[in-house]
Amino acid sequence: MALDRTIVARIATLARIKVSDSELDALAGELGSILAWIEQLNEVDVSGVAPMTSVAHMKLPMRDDKITDGGDRDAILANAPQEARGFFAVPKVVE
Amino acid sequence: MSELTRLTLSDARDGLRAGEFSARELTEAHLDAMAASRALNAFVTETPERALAMAAASDARLAQGQAGLLEGLPVAVKDLFCTKDILTTACSRILDGFKPPYESTVTQKLWDSGAVMLGKTSLDEFAMGSSNSTSCHGPVENPWRRRGDNRPLVPGGSSGGSAAAVAARLALGATGTDTGGSIRQPASFCGVVGMKPTYGRCSRWGVVAFASSLDHPGPIARTVRDAALMLQAMSGHDPRDSTSAPIPVPDFAASLTGDIRGLRIGVPKEYRVDGMPPEIETLWQRGVEWIKAAGATPVEISLPMTKYALATYYIIAPAEASSNLARYDGVRFGLRVPGASIDEMYENTRAAGFGAEVKRRILIGTYVLSAGYYDAYYLRAQKIRALIARDFAAAFERCDAILTPTTPSPAFALGEKQDDPVTMYLNDVFTVPADLAGLPAISLPAGLSDDGLPLGLHVIGRAFDEETVFRVAGVLEGAAAFTAEPGR
Repeated sequence: MALDRTIVARIATLARIKVSDSELDALAGELGSILAWIEQLNEVDVSGVAPMTSVAHMKLPMRDDKITDGGDRDAILANAPQEARGFFAVPKVVE
Repeated sequence: MSELTRLTLSDARDGLRAGEFSARELTEAHLDAMAASRALNAFVTETPERALAMAAASDARLAQGQAGLLEGLPVAVKDLFCTKDILTTACSRILDGFKPPYESTVTQKLWDSGAVMLGKTSLDEFAMGSSNSTSCHGPVENPWRRRGDNRPLVPGGSSGGSAAAVAARLALGATGTDTGGSIRQPASFCGVVGMKPTYGRCSRWGVVAFASSLDHPGPIARTVRDAALMLQAMSGHDPRDSTSAPIPVPDFAASLTGDIRGLRIGVPKEYRVDGMPPEIETLWQRGVEWIKAAGATPVEISLPMTKYALATYYIIAPAEASSNLARYDGVRFGLRVPGASIDEMYENTRAAGFGAEVKRRILIGTYVLSAGYYDAYYLRAQKIRALIARDFAAAFERCDAILTPTTPSPAFALGEKQDDPVTMYLNDVFTVPADLAGLPAISLPAGLSDDGLPLGLHVIGRAFDEETVFRVAGVLEGAAAFTAEPGR
């Protein structure tokens, strides 16, 4: 299906990617052509077919509820773009 | 080029054990080759100091008779595997400066078996691509050139740096990951062997996630035996990956008996696609003849859903990617681009950090998962994925392994096939179905195109039957006697 710039702008907001006004039309064209190609899947009769969520034919394993890891605050914060007093720091969220 | 870099991984292993040379000499030979081949741009981070320290430790263990499976053998690591304290970027600006505080399970297993790390190899950004041209570190060159044509060619992707490094004799083997063909397609383009094991055979823990239900780590090497040895070291249950299979790992190299008498090899009629070059068809036919001469029986099989596999993949993979890549928000690691609010900081960071193809896939994934479209796209794709897996299950009632070409064309030049995204996606038409079904599959070099480029044959097996895949591939390798080498 054809995508218009309004839909692309909405998806970009959902995905938290800034897209400038000048890019919207080109993106709508590219994404629209991918979606148009995907439309071929509508030919397939999928009635009665259960969706496949994983190829691993196994139940999710259970484990004991024990702490096996941790105490790595400094190692984890070492990659933070900004940290303060042992926490990740971000722009002010609450006034 | 040093004689030591010309050895296969298996021969180098024997030579080390016989004391013909040291791990240090073997490692230095590869580090020298890497330095001389930087024009290929196969490595994004070289780790010579780490390599020499690991080689020294290997020499000590070899002297004490405590050699591990891959003791002293220099290998390269796709820059999608987290390596402790060593830059890991997924070839994306958004992971700028990221040094993981932990090691991926697969690379840890390699180091535990004695392998030596040479460095990190390039890939398409976040493993999304088939040409290794979307890396933020620039494109990788294929060491092969067309006969009489000096234009650089792509190595394939996404594990293009790994395949180019192994083909150019810069590493004895390398890790790759395969989500839609990213081990097998570059292996085919570079004239080397690439093995994607069964989903669950190799742990995904510590591998930067692209599409979790499709991501398969695996080896790239120069021979089938080398790939079997490497996969042996990389495999095994890992409690930190909930989809890791809790089953024993067989001795893969022992499956290379050379005997495929009595096996039934499926030849899927749907893999004869429109516009496939005659040289690919010829190679495939030759593969069938080799199988027959070795005492196996070709069987025509049908995989009717094949034509829908790519489109299915291009819903499922972007959907999972849009979710997995939500973590790159400029808060905990990597790039941050400031903004007036936290939302603007997220949006600015992700706009600057992701390249065009990654953005396209995140946007497609976000769209197909969004309210009102989920059933029409994502749920439908998951149902077709079930039908694709069912096709294979039915085929494997009639055959023991499936033989196809790996790719519909040999390597192409940088910039070709980039008119629109879908043209590039068609590279993976033969490799994607085995990812969707989670089946083991190998590509091995089996011949040259009319203009002198390597072409791969592709063997798909039953789930957790890597042994039959290796066994058939070993026979094809012997029959093909592929000895051509790249010019660079």
